[in-house]
Amino acid sequence: MELQSIWFFLWGLLWAVFFLTDGFDFGIGTIYPFAGKTDRDKRVMLNAMGPLWDGNEVWLITAGGVTFAAFPKVYATMFSSLYTPLMLILFALIFRGVSLHFRGKIDTPGWKKLWDTFIFLGSFLPALLFGVAFANIFAGIPFDNEGLYHGNTLKLLNPYGLLGGLLFVLLFILHGANWMAIKATGDLQKRVVGISAKTWLILVPVAVIFLIASYFATDLYANYFKYPLLFGIILVAVGALFATRFFSAKQAWFKAWFASALTIMGCTFFGIAGLFPALFPSSMNPDWDLTAFNASSSPLTLKIMLGVVLVFIPIVICYQVWAYHLFKDPITDEDLGMDEAY
Amino acid sequence: MDPVFLSRLQFAAATMFHFLFVPLTLGLSVLIAYMETKYARTGDTVYLRMTKFWGKLFLINFSLGVVTGITLEFQFGTNWSRYSEYVGDVFGSLLAIEASVAFFLESTFIGIWIFGWKKLSAKAHAGVMWLVAIAGNFSAIWILLANGFMQNPVGYAIQNGRAEMVDFIALITNKHGWLEIIHVVPSALLLGAFFIMGVSAYHLLKKQHIEIFQRSFKIGLIVGLVTALWLGISGDMHGVNVSKTQPAKLAAMEAHWETQTRAPIIMFAVPDQEQEKNLIEIGSLPGLLSFLGFHDFNAEVKGLRDFPKEERPPVLPTFIGFRTMVGLGTLFILLMLYGWTRRNKLMESPMFLKIMFWSIPLPYLAIEMGWVVSEVGRQPWIVYGLMKTTAAASPIATSQVFISLIGFILVYGLLGAVGFYLIAKSIKEGPEAETN
Repeated sequence: MELQSIWFFLWGLLWAVFFLTDGFDFGIGTIYPFAGKTDRDKRVMLNAMGPLWDGNEVWLITAGGVTFAAFPKVYATMFSSLYTPLMLILFALIFRGVSLHFRGKIDTPGWKKLWDTFIFLGSFLPALLFGVAFANIFAGIPFDNEGLYHGNTLKLLNPYGLLGGLLFVLLFILHGANWMAIKATGDLQKRVVGISAKTWLILVPVAVIFLIASYFATDLYANYFKYPLLFGIILVAVGALFATRFFSAKQAWFKAWFASALTIMGCTFFGIAGLFPALFPSSMNPDWDLTAFNASSSPLTLKIMLGVVLVFIPIVICYQVWAYHLFKDPITDEDLGMDEAY
Repeated sequence: MDPVFLSRLQFAAATMFHFLFVPLTLGLSVLIAYMETKYARTGDTVYLRMTKFWGKLFLINFSLGVVTGITLEFQFGTNWSRYSEYVGDVFGSLLAIEASVAFFLESTFIGIWIFGWKKLSAKAHAGVMWLVAIAGNFSAIWILLANGFMQNPVGYAIQNGRAEMVDFIALITNKHGWLEIIHVVPSALLLGAFFIMGVSAYHLLKKQHIEIFQRSFKIGLIVGLVTALWLGISGDMHGVNVSKTQPAKLAAMEAHWETQTRAPIIMFAVPDQEQEKNLIEIGSLPGLLSFLGFHDFNAEVKGLRDFPKEERPPVLPTFIGFRTMVGLGTLFILLMLYGWTRRNKLMESPMFLKIMFWSIPLPYLAIEMGWVVSEVGRQPWIVYGLMKTTAAASPIATSQVFISLIGFILVYGLLGAVGFYLIAKSIKEGPEAETN
């Protein structure tokens, strides 16, 4: 396989891993105001993601950094075209991050309520906007051969874009609720399990509609018809989605969480495989698409970066798995009693 | 207003705000790792309480540093897309390496450190803090190498209409980058040391938690003394290099207009960029600029008038920035030398403690001014001698940049206020009681 193709799939993989790790943080933050009835519930939810969200967020930084290094033209065009939504995402992430740290620092209801609001917005907005942005990328972005953007932010909120946003929000809620089922006990656990089950019921039709809508709104299926083997990705995504429900019903929370992670992975790769070789297609003229081949870095840079990534990303995965393993047990009062807890 | 100006303003605001938190995070992480190691080795709970107290302040800073750093990475794409396209092959790699080898490590282990007190042994927990400290400083190294490329581009060739990497080793052994590293990384330690001494002084003056804060102060004093002296030396090394690689910056740092031998240093001046001269000059020390730049009193120093008008950096901020940084650096050395003589008589030195308390903002000011000299002095180039800042901006609507700039000011203003309030509150509350 050519260097550029390898990088294309690494690029997709980094986004997928970001969605499946930070995705459950976004999900927890989105159901936070609804599932967290008492202050203790809320603290359990925050502490469920507390040790992990920071490391999860770095997958976004790395996905961004790798886009910059391997596909500078994509990095430049993508982020200047999607300027306003990206700024909104960044501000939302800022607020989520500081809210987690700030909330517990002063013990008054008003103070907590303020940061509670930001925790919700800081999780829900990125989930929605990433979905809107990626659906729009699947459909193509109006930019010309100079990389000049001809759309506006409101046009991103078209039906297909919003459908993508809804899909992401639901996927992340399911994934977050599954993680909470692992970390919570008692009434809170019952509530998040209920949320997981209800979300699943809505997610199934939304996913089906999204798959059908993609046929009309995008060219993603062209690759699939050319290489029918690719339909396997969709089968994996759908299979994993059903496995989520199956394991939830059996109260096998970890397996359910792995299954929802696989669903997110499958959904991302559904788009990635359909896009190939374009990373950022132009809706104005297919000749202006930014692809793995016309927008990549020099072979030397790609080789050096490949060496770096192949050595370090597995190491990162090892210590992150260790971190997850360290914090896999349900939250106890002792955990909440520590002065560093959120 | 043009988008280039607004983007510059936005980037400057975002970087300078980010850099209010990063150096303290870097400096404190090392000092806290040291304290925790002492605890893990001796079991002395004073060190544990120290670790927790400084750790709390560290974490507020850490969170603000991280969240404001994310916006910086993406601004290259949003606001400087022409730049990203042109040098991404070289510059982007350094950012990507920073994320995958350093930032991951720091962010993953900080979570383990915060929540892992009961899950890990004391030694392993202290080890985790060392990983955070090392990864944080390692991350700074990669970022400074990226900045080093903007200051002194190496290891590239112009091919296919852009700068492409031809020599990775040259890129990561860039002399300018390493001179920045040996100056900027220790400056974070100095800031950490001054912060610890200032906060300790506050409690010592109130005669509370004396054991904890006397020990903290001494750790700060030793680190402060060594780094203050080292910053003088490494700053001088930097000056000599700048005079060779960025002569226009040197001239702007000194408001030096006429090319001459035995060039003087002017203690105080009011430079006027339009009239190409200084309106007021006080205290001229002949030959000193030649010595500073070239270690030779008779060396010729090129003046600003001999650079094309459009290649001169803004003189006033560069000049003032440099004066402030060097003045404060000298003050730090004097304070630390004096402090060393009082190291065992802290409780009898209320005046010195008061000075150290009021000195907390000074290293921040020195560091920010250092960046003004470095970055404003680099103008009008975004990559020195290779690409002008005006050619680097994204082709986007002014209104977008304007609105996001307002957003930055509001959000960062709010965060700064809350962060400052929480830090001040934690300082006042002091460490947890012994029984805890």
